[in-house]
Amino acid sequence: MTVGALSGHAAIAGIGATEFSKASGRSELQLACEAVLKAVADAGLRPSDVDGLVTFTAETSSEIHVARNTGMGELTFFSRVGYGGGAGGGTVQQAAMAVATGAAEVVVCYRAFNERSGERYGLGQADRPMDVSADRAAYAWMTPYGLNTPAQWVAMFARRYMHEHGASTEDFGRVAVVDRKHAANNPAAWFHGRPITLEDHRESRWIAEPLRLLDCCQETDGGQALVIVSAERARDLPHPPAVIRGAAQGSGTDQHMMTSYYRPSISGIPEMGLVGRQLYAQSGLGPGEVDAAVLYDHFTPLVLPQLEELGFCATGEARDFIADGHLEVGGRLPTNTHGGQLGEAYLHGMNGVAEGVRLIRGTSVNQPADVRHALVTAGTGVPTSAVLLGVDH
Amino acid sequence: MSGHQGHDDHGEHGGHDDYEARLRAFVGGELTASTPGPDPVNQPMIRHWVEAMGDENPVYVDQEAARATGRPGVVAPASMVQAWTMRGYAAASGASPSARRGFDELVGLLDEGGYTSVVATDSELEFQRELAPGDEVLVREVVEEISAEKKTGLGAGRFVTTLKTYRDQRGEVVATQRWRTLRFRPARSEPAADTGTGTDTEAKPPPLRPRPAINQDNTFWFEAAKEHSLRIQRCTTCERLRHPPGPCCPECGSLSWDTVEASGHGRVYSFVVNHHPKHPAFPYPLVVALVELAEGTRLLTNLLDVAPEDVEIDMPVVLDWLDADPDLSLPVFRTAVTEVHP
Ligand SMILES: [Zn+2]
Repeated sequence: MTVGALSGHAAIAGIGATEFSKASGRSELQLACEAVLKAVADAGLRPSDVDGLVTFTAETSSEIHVARNTGMGELTFFSRVGYGGGAGGGTVQQAAMAVATGAAEVVVCYRAFNERSGERYGLGQADRPMDVSADRAAYAWMTPYGLNTPAQWVAMFARRYMHEHGASTEDFGRVAVVDRKHAANNPAAWFHGRPITLEDHRESRWIAEPLRLLDCCQETDGGQALVIVSAERARDLPHPPAVIRGAAQGSGTDQHMMTSYYRPSISGIPEMGLVGRQLYAQSGLGPGEVDAAVLYDHFTPLVLPQLEELGFCATGEARDFIADGHLEVGGRLPTNTHGGQLGEAYLHGMNGVAEGVRLIRGTSVNQPADVRHALVTAGTGVPTSAVLLGVDH
Repeated sequence: MSGHQGHDDHGEHGGHDDYEARLRAFVGGELTASTPGPDPVNQPMIRHWVEAMGDENPVYVDQEAARATGRPGVVAPASMVQAWTMRGYAAASGASPSARRGFDELVGLLDEGGYTSVVATDSELEFQRELAPGDEVLVREVVEEISAEKKTGLGAGRFVTTLKTYRDQRGEVVATQRWRTLRFRPARSEPAADTGTGTDTEAKPPPLRPRPAINQDNTFWFEAAKEHSLRIQRCTTCERLRHPPGPCCPECGSLSWDTVEASGHGRVYSFVVNHHPKHPAFPYPLVVALVELAEGTRLLTNLLDVAPEDVEIDMPVVLDWLDADPDLSLPVFRTAVTEVHP
């Protein structure tokens, strides 16, 4: 099969994170610096080697603050990706393109926040400051009716998905159970040693029907960073390279932020399908060659249509795919082996990219056998992105 | 509009038309006759005020500084205008009983209609000129508007808008103050309010629903909603309907558009029952529905008078209106009694 121009040019050579907590006790900038320094050290490089930085538009610690605090010198590339948790794979794509074109040689992608002890996204958007921008006005169609929080926005999709495909809240619960099972083995996970059962899920309180508490990811303070260099250079660095076989973004037709309710169908995630098609086209691979996945799990229900959009099962059949144990280690597609955002940490999906790297290195705490390719998605319900990582040939 | 029953035409009380006419008679009338303030504008009161407010602008206390700004001398803070016409706590009102007759009569009539509770909703002040020591201030209050009965979060009620006009000793207007209150019948589940004497009973202000951000692209929709009209934006070139609205037609690229009025019939396309977190403006569990209108567009809305467990996808619903507060009316939906044809 033909391979796209980007595929194989760059690799993730370093990963680094702070601890994941509910109250870091330090500034978001400090979290960013700590994560960046760890990632650079993990790559066997020095901060002065870094000449590119990429982060989220939602990030509060600008590139220049991170650069001057960590001792980076001149930067030749800096870029940001929008749309909240949808940005994760997009930052890696930016970095890979910069490396492939020579715009920069060592690019660090980072995301750090005090999302639990500081501004909590889960509390919703009802009382955001007023302005006349199109982004702010978009909330005018929801917040006056009390549809204010991410859980509520996702619940609207989940209800329709259940209606069209006969799924139940128990099908969502199985995603939470497997995430927490994996997190239980992960010392870095907030829910280390605390697995749950389907009954725990069923007995957890309603947040926004049909979502229960255990369908919703935690909120986290912490930081995560990734170091991207050329695949060639990565071969000389300490860890086996996680080669970027594909990296893509996608915004669907009639895309909204978390509320794309006005499309002919709302039970799929067409922007994720768009991302998946690009990943497969770039890499020359197909879903059958993906050995493990990290699927964005801010809320369990949207894991199901991700499996369908990315071709791991047919539309409407994700609940059977999950019930048959395919997300488990030893299943067809071991998923969220770090515990996901439900179990490990909510780091806007960047901790999931790090897990993708560990899967390729063979160092996940729940390492499945023979992982040659791992797919990592970014936030659902928003313009999104994903990466397809592979072992070096 | 089909599917929408106006609220003005089903009053609960006998003699409804007569009551309405008696209320209307107050509109334009005087609530409080022109009443002078107890003291002229003076430096000691200004000094106490700015010290209490922590306002360090020298134009209120220092002649030299005031002249340096082009003023003839010290001026009073504009926001003090109401203070010049108020009496101390001992007096019930700045106005004598005879001057207040209109006010007392209106409150009595509202009580008779069952609107025994009151809550202030908002006040708009406009200033014409600055006051200086020696100026005398008089205030007169007239009724600008008494709304039809509206459903609100507190209970059924009427918004009463009055205009206070502040004048100086020469009869020139110094400032105007538009004052809106909601006179309402407390909802049945609420404990009975302490009322019936015709005096103001201040209820706890209701937390307002989150404000919609209004801009040039959506203002038509919210303005129409205030008139209880549910509009759908239509491209005037290709006639495609669209919601949420935007400046440009995704079908043909045209920037010209008008609107059509929705029939008010629709079906539940999906819905959410919110439990947590709770926003103080809403009752919980709260049903938020995505309704597909007969015209084909969808909109987010609330369902009224339907228990969360009775809501179903595809359930037919009809339009109704919620006047959440004086500045926010929203289309809401009820279950349709009979099947409707889209
Ligand atoms: Zn058109």
